[in-house]
Amino acid sequence: MDKNRIQVDIKVPNQTRYLSLIGRIGEDIANELYKYRGDRETLAYHINLVLTEAMVNAIRHANADDPDKTVRILIYISDEELVIQVHDSGQGFDINAIQSPDFDALEDRGRGIFLIRSLMDSVCYRREAAGNVLEMTKQLH
Amino acid sequence: MNLYIEKKKDVTILYVREERLDAHNSGELKTEMGRLFEGGEKNILVEMKDVRFIDSSGLGALVSGFKNAISHQGNLKLASLQPQVKSMFELTRLHRVFEIFGSSAEALDTF
Repeated sequence: MDKNRIQVDIKVPNQTRYLSLIGRIGEDIANELYKYRGDRETLAYHINLVLTEAMVNAIRHANADDPDKTVRILIYISDEELVIQVHDSGQGFDINAIQSPDFDALEDRGRGIFLIRSLMDSVCYRREAAGNVLEMTKQLH
Repeated sequence: MNLYIEKKKDVTILYVREERLDAHNSGELKTEMGRLFEGGEKNILVEMKDVRFIDSSGLGALVSGFKNAISHQGNLKLASLQPQVKSMFELTRLHRVFEIFGSSAEALDTF
């Protein structure tokens, strides 16, 4: 592990009450990226938001609101990039089948993955041995 | 969720006194707006001054309230959005849907 690399590994119960805790951790991490030259306040909001959206996706859809399941969040930070993984243990879904929202349709739902895709540089969802992982990467320079 | 309701003439002001409007608490806001329109309120102003963070569920709850207003021949308008919150409306093009005002006082004159 190079000297400027940080790794954060968190497990929380599959419940929306933990969204603010994880979002706050994401904001704190953004504020520690002292080499980041962009608008740090905006970066902090965006990290908070993508963590929130990815967790809600895991809690509600992948883990089907089962409060006994857990969501694992892994965050890797280097000088070059920020990688966020959200692991679920559910059935999974096909991220490529999710279309951008119809902006004129006024639906209550369907903006979460769009927001993640808009704010991160790359997004993928894949099956692993114990479940699925949503991985989101943002270049920091 | 901490909501405070104030009636000014024929407008009901709904103060969202939460730092976050997200998937954990936005269902309550949606329910409350539904209850107000069902109860005969026509004009609702959602005051967002305290809300520092909104996610897609929070946006969805407000969209639901907006549709509820239309179906009851009413109005739902927004006031006092913090800059980062407003940018989420812009990213999802919802700033073209809602009437958004800088302050409650400014919004109240438009009902």
